[in-house]
Amino acid sequence: MDFEFMQETFLRLLSGVPLTLNLAFTSVAFGAVLAMLIALMRMSGVRVLEAFAKGYVFVFRGSPLLVQIFLIYYGLGQFRPTLQEWGLWSFFREPYWCAILALTLNTGAYASEIFRGGLQAVPAQQVEAARACGMSGFLLFRRITFPIALRQALPAYGSELILMVKATSLASIITMMEITGIAAKLISQTFRAVEVFIVAGAIYLILNFIITRLIMALEWWLSPHLRHPPVPKASVEAVHV
Amino acid sequence: MKFIKTVSLAIVGTALAIGGAAAQGKTVKIATEGAYAPWNFTGAGGKLEGFEIDLANDLCARMKIKCEMVAQDWDGIIPALNAKKYDAIMAGMSITDERKKVIDFSVSYANSPNGFLVAKSSPLAKMPGTGEAFSLNSQKEAAEKAIDAVKPVLKGKTIGVQGSTIHAAFADKYFKGTADVREYKTTEQHDLDLAAGRIDAVLADSTAIIGTLEKPEFKDYVMVGPSITGGMLGNGVGVGVRKGDVELKKGFDEAIRAAVADGTITKLSKKWFKIDIAPRS
Repeated sequence: MDFEFMQETFLRLLSGVPLTLNLAFTSVAFGAVLAMLIALMRMSGVRVLEAFAKGYVFVFRGSPLLVQIFLIYYGLGQFRPTLQEWGLWSFFREPYWCAILALTLNTGAYASEIFRGGLQAVPAQQVEAARACGMSGFLLFRRITFPIALRQALPAYGSELILMVKATSLASIITMMEITGIAAKLISQTFRAVEVFIVAGAIYLILNFIITRLIMALEWWLSPHLRHPPVPKASVEAVHV
Repeated sequence: MKFIKTVSLAIVGTALAIGGAAAQGKTVKIATEGAYAPWNFTGAGGKLEGFEIDLANDLCARMKIKCEMVAQDWDGIIPALNAKKYDAIMAGMSITDERKKVIDFSVSYANSPNGFLVAKSSPLAKMPGTGEAFSLNSQKEAAEKAIDAVKPVLKGKTIGVQGSTIHAAFADKYFKGTADVREYKTTEQHDLDLAAGRIDAVLADSTAIIGTLEKPEFKDYVMVGPSITGGMLGNGVGVGVRKGDVELKKGFDEAIRAAVADGTITKLSKKWFKIDIAPRS
């Protein structure tokens, strides 16, 4: 092991971190909105919407992300005249937006199932209690169902975030120079695949370690009812009484 | 415990026997990319075809060894050779100083310049230096002057190259900052993106460009720019072997010299490339 080389590699690979995080978080942000819509469609009870949501999840969860990226980038690239007519070419021309689209559609499918699980796990008593207090419709959803569902879905959604960070490595096949793209370039210059990939792997580990800590902190913050209550300071209270 | 020992001994024994057979030169595994027409590509029936497949068969017959061609992704082709996944590389790989640090090469069996592939309607079609040839070895100054003349035309344009190639290194050295250079896994992919209009030009080997131009969907495209060889573009294409594999290298050297001398390489080159790219001895 040549540590000086690995250190140099580490610094060069760090320059890919902003793009990796950009791809992951942009697509997760769009994907979360999409996933919520799909989950609501799936649970809407309207046949057409349900069928659409089911079909969407089936297609994007059932096929490899690599294939999806290829089809969106190279596949749609063949329909340039049509896309130009529709004014969509400036979007599909850029590898960045193609990568975002593919990642968003993919995470949208996975996360919609996670959200559906979270929504369905909201205890019926809580909903009934809310109704008894006079809440219904959107108010009930916003105040009771959604926050509880979010908390339930968080552990699984944390995994999805980590998967997305790793999935961005596939964007290198459409010329995006994120961590894996730069790693491939370094290997082509040095032919030292083992060292470069060890460093690249370590960078993904560090990123995902930070993300898991953040998710854990969020879980802790959202679960005050599971924590031990702080010990009341009896003496101070006593004075006032 | 004893059983495990016996089994592991048997496995090691088998592995040694297989390894030994290869060392005796009975079957030599040669890796090629299988996506670099007309040098090597996967034909309609899923079989490897192309200039290098024909040439490998000829060379192996001369060396009186049995050869097996395997397909391997380009960007891992050198590390996998050193990891002993196969014994030699014939994949249009140019002999460069960078690569010589990690593997050995036979004498070259082909030598072809690079070129730009652009649309006929593009302003790049009027690139200066088209039809002129320079060597970075013997005419360094003239060659670099020709490259400098190309730069203003390429300003702000996007060029596609295949990653891990001499063309990627060349573009990095001469066109970084002038043009946006994008790296693709295969030449087929940058051709697709050129046709889609995502990139303005492809920088590649002239033989690969000639192969692309034969496809009907590229009838409105043309090869332009100065033909440059030598220097960082390497000294011809050779068979890559592991460092220290002296015997195999010697075998290929002799077979290639014989194939150049009796015109076999010229014949195969004309068959696949329409031009003669046999090395001049």
